[in-house]
Amino acid sequence: MLARLPRPAWIWLVLVLATILSFESSLSSWIGERVATTIILLVAVAKVRLVAMEFMELRHAPILFRLGLEIWLVALFLTMVSLYLAAGN
Amino acid sequence: MPRLPGDEGIWVLIFGDMLVFSIFFITFFVYRMQEHDVFVAGHALLDVRLGALNTLLLLTSSLFIALATRAVRHAHPFAARWIAAAIGCGICFCAVKAFEYGHKIAAGITLNTTDFFTFYYMYTGIHLVHVLVGLGVLTLLYRRVHDAVEPGATIKLVESGGSFWHLVDLLWIVMFPLFYLVR
Repeated sequence: MLARLPRPAWIWLVLVLATILSFESSLSSWIGERVATTIILLVAVAKVRLVAMEFMELRHAPILFRLGLEIWLVALFLTMVSLYLAAGN
Repeated sequence: MPRLPGDEGIWVLIFGDMLVFSIFFITFFVYRMQEHDVFVAGHALLDVRLGALNTLLLLTSSLFIALATRAVRHAHPFAARWIAAAIGCGICFCAVKAFEYGHKIAAGITLNTTDFFTFYYMYTGIHLVHVLVGLGVLTLLYRRVHDAVEPGATIKLVESGGSFWHLVDLLWIVMFPLFYLVR
């Protein structure tokens, strides 16, 4: 019966698990704050990609849009992480 | 055939909004770099559980909209109910935000308390306006789908409005870690 869940339901499940993972990561102290936050930002960008590709259905969009989206996601992630790591501690 | 769902015009709005908010996010990190202690202190005053709850509410509302879109495309009768469920989630999100803001303001934490809270109120406030506009759009979708005589007539409308709602979800997905998780 599980296998017959519609695709959006699976996407939602992954998004919810990723959210819980990030929430837990922020609380765990054993991997270090900088590593934890880098993972959290990566997970956030991955979630954005999933929502854009699946819910917004951009995986069916013309290749130029998909390429633009991927480039923007990478650029956003690298910029945020660089600025975060550059902050004092 | 490769295509964008809904009306082309909505995508100009969606991509433009994503660009503007990207600049917002980067600006946040620049200020954080310059006022690290202020941002760490401000972050500690936020309740991460409320942020996580709001994230789950918007994710679930997006699921409901995705299911509504499928229902409209396959002329399934439950499309309007899925939209109503999404509206319900959106209203809950607003209630949580109202509770959060109320609690902060009562504690004397306002827009100008620190730079962190200027960002917090401004960014989540602008996002909240998007949520309210989105709820208006979803209400319109609900009425059109509910009253539709021909099931396929509302597909483009649901796709367009639905895409805007997914944008609202998408923006919060980045804002949640920025304010509630980054330490």
